[in-house]
Amino acid sequence: MRIRFDKLGIVIALIAACGVFFSAFAVLKPNRILQGQAKTILEALPAWAGWGLLVLLAVATAIALFRMSPWLKLTAAAAALAALTIAIGYAASFLTPAGNSYARVSPASGFWILLFAFALLAADALTRLQPPPWMRVLFLAITGGGIALLLISGSWDGLSIMKEYGGRADVFWIEAGKHVTLALGSLFAAVLAGLPLGILCHRVTWLRTGVLNTLNLVQTIPSIALFGILIGPLAWIAATVPGAAALGIRGIGAAPAFVALFLYSLLPVVANTVVGLAGVPPEANDAARGIGMTDRQRLFQVEFPLALPVILTAIRIVLVQNIGMATIAALIGGGGFGVFVFQGIGQTAMDLVLLGAVPTVALAFAAAVMLDALIEANSRVPNGVSAA
Amino acid sequence: MKAWMPVILRGLLLVLLVAFLLSPGSFEPLLKPLVQQNAPAIYNQGSLLDLTLQHLRTVFAATLAATIIAIMLAILVTRPFGAEFLPLSRSLVNIGQTFPPVAVLALAVPAVGFGEKPTLIALFLYGLLPIFENTLTALTNLPRSVMEAARGAGMTDLQRLMKVELPLSLPVMVAGIRLSVTISLATATIGSTVAAKTLGEVIIAGLQSNNLAFILQGGLIVGVLAVLIYDGLSAIERLLTRRLGIT
Repeated sequence: MRIRFDKLGIVIALIAACGVFFSAFAVLKPNRILQGQAKTILEALPAWAGWGLLVLLAVATAIALFRMSPWLKLTAAAAALAALTIAIGYAASFLTPAGNSYARVSPASGFWILLFAFALLAADALTRLQPPPWMRVLFLAITGGGIALLLISGSWDGLSIMKEYGGRADVFWIEAGKHVTLALGSLFAAVLAGLPLGILCHRVTWLRTGVLNTLNLVQTIPSIALFGILIGPLAWIAATVPGAAALGIRGIGAAPAFVALFLYSLLPVVANTVVGLAGVPPEANDAARGIGMTDRQRLFQVEFPLALPVILTAIRIVLVQNIGMATIAALIGGGGFGVFVFQGIGQTAMDLVLLGAVPTVALAFAAAVMLDALIEANSRVPNGVSAA
Repeated sequence: MKAWMPVILRGLLLVLLVAFLLSPGSFEPLLKPLVQQNAPAIYNQGSLLDLTLQHLRTVFAATLAATIIAIMLAILVTRPFGAEFLPLSRSLVNIGQTFPPVAVLALAVPAVGFGEKPTLIALFLYGLLPIFENTLTALTNLPRSVMEAARGAGMTDLQRLMKVELPLSLPVMVAGIRLSVTISLATATIGSTVAAKTLGEVIIAGLQSNNLAFILQGGLIVGVLAVLIYDGLSAIERLLTRRLGIT
């Protein structure tokens, strides 16, 4: 068999080499804010673990370098990623001097570079495998389960980010709840309002341009400004409308964040509903009319199912966007993971920033994978006619 | 007559923006009712014009870099040499878009420190995606007949790229740049949370001192800039499409 190089493998090997030879694996800091000492893999781990990790990474890189089955590449990438994540936790407990509760160990650039290199390998293998939707969700569940296992087993407890978490575990889950409520709640409200509006725009032509242009304009207002601008009207409503304050409507806090996210979400939902409904083949509508369906039956039994993939795409866009934007709500007291990000920026404590940013990215990523799978599963109409 | 209305409206908007930036003081009576007594109605911790120019400079620099890199990458993965990277680059773009801008910004701080740099990095990375995606779509969906004709006329690969593929893709590329600029203009405001000099400073100052006038003027300047630039690039796009004779 002729051995052939994989071009992407060469890129991955270069990135991985950069991570091993030219950057530090972990940083040992005397406390959470001060600069630390950089440690390479061999310095950060006991000899057996350090060499073991290096050999494993070398094998995985070799598998990446040559043209082989994507399954083998995926396995190699998964093994390398698992080894890296376990090793960084082990490095933390190895490097922290016994009894020193101020010292902090954080992953350094080398760790992130290696993580990126092998995530790239995994992504490439997955792209080539083209797994069906359910398998992608399964992979996501396995990854999530693995991370949960690492978290529960306490092997990351020595890491600085987990120490930041340890100090505010209660607050973390409260803010996580707020973040998810904000993102999902505003999405739900936007779908509830956007679908009828989209249907209306589809049927009443003169409304369409006006509504879409207005919603487009809302998108140009920067999110922090929109959050801020809404403080005024909501404070006024809370003060004048009886019962509004009791419902939790307040000038600052979650209410303006919710309304702002809702307003940003409307455009994708309305626009995609219009596009989806316009894409319904006229023959389908004619046939439905021909067999004597009422307008309402036609909408729910013909137009809606056919437009569903496009509408689901809007929901994916909105959910991912909302999860990201909800971080900004922290600036106006709306809570969410942004609280840690902005506190961390304020205290120049980067591990605290990570505590806010990593769950946000993970949440957005998981939401994207799940909704992509849902869209793909829905874009096949039962009789094999493609809706797209 | 009716076709001129939007142009006139935009012209007025531009005049209004320039007037506000050059002489914010004369707009004070308009904003005065929004603030509590004794509070300043016009941003007073720096010149609005300077901040606007710096905002635009940051966005321009990041978008320029993103445009060059994104187009080069898109050309690379559509050549036979880089074809192996095409599927992966598609999924990377997909994954990249799930990274929230705030997270990118915050994660760039440990690497490069506070100030302009993390903002530039975040805007650059975030701006790459729409341009790359659009260029890729354009380059992979060129009319087959045109490509055949170019090949038949004996053009070399480079000639085909420079004289046929890129010019034909230009309108879609400009659409990507337009999308990228609009996102960047808004995202740059968040850069002020990591001490970049942008219009976000005005908004954040307003949030901190509970000054609605500050929030409004910061937000409106960014919004008007976004609308004007969006429209300007849309016009260029239409012009290019018309010149190419494709609909």
